[in-house]
Amino acid sequence: MEDIAVGAGAGFSGDRVDAAGPVVQTLIERGGPAAIIFEMLAERTLAFAQIEKQRDPSKGYEPLLDMELRPILADCVRHGIPIIGNFGQANPRGAALHIERMARELGLKALRIGVVEGDDLSGAEGEAIVRKYIAKEYARKPFASANVYQGAMEIARALKEGAQVVVTGRVADPSLTVGPCVAHYGWSATDWDALAGATMAGHLLECGAQVTGGYFADPGKKDVPDVANVGYPITEMSADGSCIVTKAARTGGLVDTRTVKEQVLYEVHDPAAYLTPDVVADISEAEIAQVGPDRVRLSGVRGHPRPATLKANVFFEGGWFSDGEISYAGPNAEARARLAARIIRERMGHQMKLRVDLIGVTSILADDSGHYFEAIPAGNSTDVRLRVAGTHEDPAVCDRLMREVTALWTAGPAGGGGARVTKRQRLSTTSCFIPRELVPARLSFVEHE
Amino acid sequence: MKTVPLYELAHARTGDKGNRSNISVIAYRAEDFALLREQVTEDRVAQHFAYRKPSKVTRYLLPKIGAMNFVLDDVLDGGVNDALNLDMHGKSLSFHLLTLPIVVPDNVGS
Repeated sequence: MEDIAVGAGAGFSGDRVDAAGPVVQTLIERGGPAAIIFEMLAERTLAFAQIEKQRDPSKGYEPLLDMELRPILADCVRHGIPIIGNFGQANPRGAALHIERMARELGLKALRIGVVEGDDLSGAEGEAIVRKYIAKEYARKPFASANVYQGAMEIARALKEGAQVVVTGRVADPSLTVGPCVAHYGWSATDWDALAGATMAGHLLECGAQVTGGYFADPGKKDVPDVANVGYPITEMSADGSCIVTKAARTGGLVDTRTVKEQVLYEVHDPAAYLTPDVVADISEAEIAQVGPDRVRLSGVRGHPRPATLKANVFFEGGWFSDGEISYAGPNAEARARLAARIIRERMGHQMKLRVDLIGVTSILADDSGHYFEAIPAGNSTDVRLRVAGTHEDPAVCDRLMREVTALWTAGPAGGGGARVTKRQRLSTTSCFIPRELVPARLSFVEHE
Repeated sequence: MKTVPLYELAHARTGDKGNRSNISVIAYRAEDFALLREQVTEDRVAQHFAYRKPSKVTRYLLPKIGAMNFVLDDVLDGGVNDALNLDMHGKSLSFHLLTLPIVVPDNVGS
């Protein structure tokens, strides 16, 4: 049986919309079985999509869906390359209807679009299940939404039943890749080693450019050729569960043992037990070897039986957040910025939890408690930007913080310029584990009139 | 012997889930792994990030790829949804870890 190649067209919600084209072209030139995945759901993306859907029931799926798929949809259909994506977010059916419309506009025949649901526990019934399994400290918090991570098996079934596009809500990121591999090789749900191999292949794909030189370049130490045109990854999966990682042809970036090692451990905790709905993958004895230019083999991944529970992310209304910035430059700039920080603390510190940074001195390494910042002795930076951030249940308090920052223009230290403020709603989050039989995935196909 | 930053010997990447950060540390040269294993310990990493008050630091070893993986619990001020930090994911923490001083023989590192 020929190996299946799986490419990645996107690695987060809002990813580049010109990345998938070269991946699809490379899959076409390679010939043979192929699929392309779009991973577009970070931990909090879905919670915000749920809010969007509450405001407008026709929304709540990936806002860039059209821009991502329109350039490649006709080529994928013509060459039999299924598209699998969690771009359905909070509204997989809405995304499926959008794709159907797009196909019609492109002059394609009606598509077979599979929709995988069952992840959404935001309704009353779902909330009741979630409440049984979350920690007690969350019992009184105002519930916003919850989604459980579904696995690969319903994706595989959709593909076996002829789906040209599979739209999902929350599924585990690697499952987007495991699905087409299961459909292609006919693996059973207990072929643990093979499932684990495909899971790690999917793990390497799921963040797009992060395995091909993105989130990697460090000039002089880890140089990346033509990083501005970094190509997105493709894995060639073998029946035994090993894979070769490569990337789209005629693009920038690189795939070497360093990029693959960094990404194989990305967001992994215990390397012997990477938990997904499909399998427990074990990379503690895995091997990573360069087998050609921009070609790296990952082998030796082992699998153990899948967990009896599925992980759910649960979101609660978390009040409001606002922040503001203003810059000072020239002689004594840092002292003026520090004075501005003291003014904000004096006027707002008793009302809300505040964080202060001096961009140009420290902007991100410090923690929210401020101990790191306070330990930095006052210096003589001549171009420094004050940033203050705060959170409160009452949006009016967040508004007041923003007004205090803009008031620094006229009522603060000399020479303050470039004030900017923002405000947004916050969600707080926890996760819990739910017995999988309580929250089964559901596959359906879009009906044509 | 001399002291060099970990940056000379290894590269690193941060990932986050909830209020937990993981930082991989990967030796550029396989022959340096033993030295890293000896000096980049759970205790030293906990000390290096003490200002963020980790409740637990766990190290996992992957000798076949010359790498280790550190898991730091409760260092992200609540994580991506709760932190006031501009870097709410803690993406920059890998490069902070790479400032850790390592003692090496004179012929190692740049």
